Amino acid sequence: MDIKETVLEILNDLTGNDVSGAMDDNLFDSGLLDSMGSVQLLLQLQSELDVTVPVSEFERSEWDTPNKIIAKVESMA
Amino acid sequence: MLTFEPYGNPTYFALLGVALLPLMIGLLYGKRSRLYETLISIFFLVLTFGGSKWTQGVALIIYILYEVGLTWGYAVYRRHKNSGPFFYLMVILAIAPLTIVKVTPAVENGQSSLIGFLGISYLTFRAVQTIMETRDGTLKNYNLMTFLQFMLFFPTISSGPIDRYRRFEKDYRSVPSREQYLGMLQKGIRYIFVGFLYKFVLAYYFGTMLMPKLQMMAMHSRGGFLDLSWPVVGYMYAYSADLFFDFAGYSLFAVGTSYIMGIATPMNFNQPWRSPNIKDFWNRWHITLSFWFRDFIYMRLVFWFMKHKIFKKPTTTANVTYIINMLVMGFWHGVTWYYITYGLFHGVALMVNDMWLRYKKKHRQSIPHNGFTQIFAIFLTANLVCFSFLIFSGLLNKLWFN
Repeated sequence: MDIKETVLEILNDLTGNDVSGAMDDNLFDSGLLDSMGSVQLLLQLQSELDVTVPVSEFERSEWDTPNKIIAKVESMA
Repeated sequence: MLTFEPYGNPTYFALLGVALLPLMIGLLYGKRSRLYETLISIFFLVLTFGGSKWTQGVALIIYILYEVGLTWGYAVYRRHKNSGPFFYLMVILAIAPLTIVKVTPAVENGQSSLIGFLGISYLTFRAVQTIMETRDGTLKNYNLMTFLQFMLFFPTISSGPIDRYRRFEKDYRSVPSREQYLGMLQKGIRYIFVGFLYKFVLAYYFGTMLMPKLQMMAMHSRGGFLDLSWPVVGYMYAYSADLFFDFAGYSLFAVGTSYIMGIATPMNFNQPWRSPNIKDFWNRWHITLSFWFRDFIYMRLVFWFMKHKIFKKPTTTANVTYIINMLVMGFWHGVTWYYITYGLFHGVALMVNDMWLRYKKKHRQSIPHNGFTQIFAIFLTANLVCFSFLIFSGLLNKLWFN
């Protein structure tokens, strides 16, 4: 499974929403993600994709839409 | 020799204007003179910590040497090794002076500690954050001189905003283009003028004219249920207004001065009174502090709890961490029952807020959402916040125990 699909699956799981139709929507503004959700996302990325993101690497403005998250993860994988 | 509270009086602003002029001209021509920046930094630090406050100045110098030693030592160590216990030890050592300063008044009958100085909290946040990012490996090129500039950046030394090392370094190592800088200059000067309105007109009115009168009336109206009375309610709103205009005014001065120096220090307030819930309030109120707590306490604790599977449910993890996070914030304000209660109040408020948000998500169809509910939410949030500031103000302590 490629990175994009896995990330989307994690996001759908975490937010309880299908985010694939709104890839550039801000997940924090819409209330779908918060600090708690961000940490869960980081842990999932670690266990499912083996991508380690330290908490201090998590600059919110770089992780606030599905597209940005995918790009970030792809750059780190 | 005279001492000046930062941004405290017209003379300070006049000196600031004169000192910044050569720097402005330099930046307009694409030049940043480190030597000149360092000289005026030292000049303004001496204004604040010299003269009758010289003991604070000495405390500041010793503190800075201590924190430089820790951060530099840890950066060198981290290049080769990465032990967990050693990292925790470093964080504890970095926080130790602040802890002593905060605990001393509580155990020594209100006496303040000798090692304290104006702004020690804000410097501690910067040092601890540097250590944590070094641990994570996100901060790789620790530079001693940059760290000193970051810690001693005079516009924000006394009460923030709390910048981040890597963000500060990026600005500090570069020179904005003329167009960018003109934009920064325009913003900076506007911020300072709005700051005048906030701090010297509005905060003066609420804090100096209104609050003492209301406090006296509240003290005279004791005897009712919990000694509460209408003047207490009035005091609650006047205090909240004063707290906001005073601190937002100061922050505008600090950010405005930074902008004029070509450093985009982050903003501290973003229209907090229009927050529809407490969670959003903390994204808008004293932003650099609440984000510091979010990034370096809340998220790290949640990460640790979840990684070690301490709690079964994520919601339990979130709730426990909210309470810890806000309690730490309460203690940070000072070891008194009202600061700690204030922290607890906000911890519980965040918990309830999350429960409500989850409930709302589940019952999206049956819960109305319109202009009226929005206004009601804003009204409710603002009043809850004002009530928490009444606790914070210490007036209840005077009403009940004086």
